[in-house]
Amino acid sequence: MVDVRSGIGEALPPPEVEDVELYHPHSWWTRYVFSQDAKIIAIQYGTTAIAIGMVALALSWLIRLQLGFPGTFELIDAERYYQFITMHGMIMVIYLLTALFLGGFGNYLIPLMVGARDMVFPYANMLSYWIYLLAVLVLAASFFTPGGPTGAGWTLYPPQAVLSGTPGGRDWGIIMMLSSLIIFIIGFTMGGLNYVVTVLQGRARGMTLMRLPLTVWGIFTATVMALLAFPALFVACVMMLFDRLLGTSFFMPAIVEMGEQLQHGGGSPILFQHLFWFFGHPEVYIVALPAFGIVSDLISTHARKNIFGYRMMVWAIVVIGGLSFIVWAHHMYVSGMNPYFGFFFATTTLIIAVPTAIKVYNWVLTLWRGNIHLTLPMLFALAFIVTFVNGGLTGLFLGNVVVDVPLSDTMFVVAHFHMVMGVAPIMVIFGAIYHWYPKITGRMLNEAMGQIHFWISFIGAYAIFFPMHYLGLIGVPRRYHELGEASFVSTSIAELNAFISVMALLVGAAQILFLFNLVWSLRHGREAGGNPWRATTLEWQTPETPPAHGNWGKELPVVYRWAYDYSVPGAPEDFIPQNQPTPGRLSHEAAS
Amino acid sequence: MSVVLFFLAAIAAIVVWWLAGQRLTSRPWLEIGHLHDRRGPARIPPAKIGLGVFLAVVGALFSLSVSAYFMRMASSDWGALPLPGLLWFNTGILAAGSITLQWARAEAGRQHDEAARTGLLAALASGLAFLVGQLFAWRALSGAGYFLAENPANSFFYLLTGMHGLHILGGLIVLGRVTAHAAQAPIDSRTRLSIELCAIYWHFMLIVWVVLFALFAGWASGVIDFCRQLLT
Repeated sequence: MVDVRSGIGEALPPPEVEDVELYHPHSWWTRYVFSQDAKIIAIQYGTTAIAIGMVALALSWLIRLQLGFPGTFELIDAERYYQFITMHGMIMVIYLLTALFLGGFGNYLIPLMVGARDMVFPYANMLSYWIYLLAVLVLAASFFTPGGPTGAGWTLYPPQAVLSGTPGGRDWGIIMMLSSLIIFIIGFTMGGLNYVVTVLQGRARGMTLMRLPLTVWGIFTATVMALLAFPALFVACVMMLFDRLLGTSFFMPAIVEMGEQLQHGGGSPILFQHLFWFFGHPEVYIVALPAFGIVSDLISTHARKNIFGYRMMVWAIVVIGGLSFIVWAHHMYVSGMNPYFGFFFATTTLIIAVPTAIKVYNWVLTLWRGNIHLTLPMLFALAFIVTFVNGGLTGLFLGNVVVDVPLSDTMFVVAHFHMVMGVAPIMVIFGAIYHWYPKITGRMLNEAMGQIHFWISFIGAYAIFFPMHYLGLIGVPRRYHELGEASFVSTSIAELNAFISVMALLVGAAQILFLFNLVWSLRHGREAGGNPWRATTLEWQTPETPPAHGNWGKELPVVYRWAYDYSVPGAPEDFIPQNQPTPGRLSHEAAS
Repeated sequence: MSVVLFFLAAIAAIVVWWLAGQRLTSRPWLEIGHLHDRRGPARIPPAKIGLGVFLAVVGALFSLSVSAYFMRMASSDWGALPLPGLLWFNTGILAAGSITLQWARAEAGRQHDEAARTGLLAALASGLAFLVGQLFAWRALSGAGYFLAENPANSFFYLLTGMHGLHILGGLIVLGRVTAHAAQAPIDSRTRLSIELCAIYWHFMLIVWVVLFALFAGWASGVIDFCRQLLT
């Protein structure tokens, strides 16, 4: 459906997209608070996600204090411990990672990178943020309800999640949690529609799909997946709310609680697991695909080299997105399912390793003989590759039924998913913030503080999670408040746990330095200019930095080339922006 | 979970068909200059694509619920529930609303503003009538002793009809706004588009309702059994 016209001097084809009429804010409130500008919404999403993420970080400290020094802190009793791990997991996975990648980076980067003035439905976009904020507030409010937040574990498995033995099960905790998730999904759907339709319909002239930066491909595919996967969580939450509040038996089997026969009967807890993981597995890639996309752009820009195998990268993103919907039951190997199902899901799980490995090879090949600048975004991108490979390899262990069964519910699993969907995406988030902060604020983040932040976070993350694999192999179970006296628990395990905890405290403290840097550099950072990284993609070519409302001034950009024209032989500079028709800027200006 | 997998396969087929037209095998690094990117013969308005994506989400929601229905149905405590005859009447009303909206859309296209307004009002009325009818069906059932928590079949009936009703309610709010808008000013291209989108939404919700109705009446399980026999 595309004509390639090689002649640069030919008349421009007529615009496909009429320039849009933007909503123009009239007051401070509609400009900065109830803003319909995707950039402001992105910053709102980002700050909210980071704020609630800091709560989750503090919770992880408390978890580690208990695990490293059991019995020392009276505050952390078993009930609280379960509440902490539950809220830590849920906040990190959904309210931080999903919201920051799609709501934060999606909102900021999609319109700028595809050359649009804004999202196509700005009003729904604004609502999306405010509904997300409501979800966060409901979640945070559950800390202050009688009985506290739910302690059911982030997977919220019934029947325990709604029973009195679990913190918050018979109180408000689980109700608030489920409501908050339902609200989140409604808000996300509004935003998600925007991201998808903007990529489909809002692209600038000449911006074909195969000229999109991989960041946009990653966020786009992840959004499509999220739109199809979140309904599973939605249905599961609604049904569990019914079970908890209205006495239905969707998930609740006949059960005796405290010597009393409950009125439930016949329900299937496995049904919940199917629904939860039908969302839960795609969720891993909903977080990972934007990270894949962003890291591709970071590596290409900071190694001054075009991305190796662009087409393959795009195909891999799409294939991973598709495959991730048929692997969910690998989280349920120990649920007593038919072994043939286990075999099927193990196979699909291992097949996903193929496109994923292609991406890793392509990143490495992009670096190979590149002009690598060890800037902060590049350091974080490199850290991501290493960490992702590490986490991915243990994923191959756990994907096999026979290996998974003994490792199930041990610290090995905790170490695996923290590496692959905790540390690795967070590294990309940091890299992306260091990379795009100059565009968002007009100033660079402080380099020295950034270096300290990077090295502590990177080495610290390994000091935390490498030993954790070992603990898991020995058989230390996850979700245990205290190990107590068991024959396999040697004193060295306690020492290792204490070491991990100290490291966790240190890494957490480094994040406070990072937050300080974010605030400090707003005022005192070095002036960045419009394109400090000398990057090709459209967001760096805006007439103003930070981009004004409407992004592009009078004229929408026209795209003449793909996003990775770095170090093109014969070009006067080592990058050619996407909206530049000829290699040399000067000759272009002379021609026009 | 096979129902949702079939649904996703359909979505995947659409995605693959669309991607096939996007030159995914081109070599973007060699193509410098104007690339004329035709996004379909006549440009589809963003709102229409947005609705399409939204309907895919709604479809996923209902097919997941139906999957859950079948999985839960397999347990021994399942006791089917007698469908009130009123549901046939409600189905007719919903279908009538769908037809009226289609008619209003055609009339709006022919610039017959008055007829289009009549159609919109009729559709609005039939949508409301459907919701009221559903409430009466609920009352009839609970009056006969079929309460929500009594049996999983009852729970699913109330849950699914409730979810469907909420979607109709949301549609009615939008339809009400469109009707008010159409009543105030001559129908322009924007309102025409809104009427079209409402019509598409109504058709979709009608299909969802027919599937749910078939499910409650037990016909769907016959189809599933037949498919299972084919597969095994």
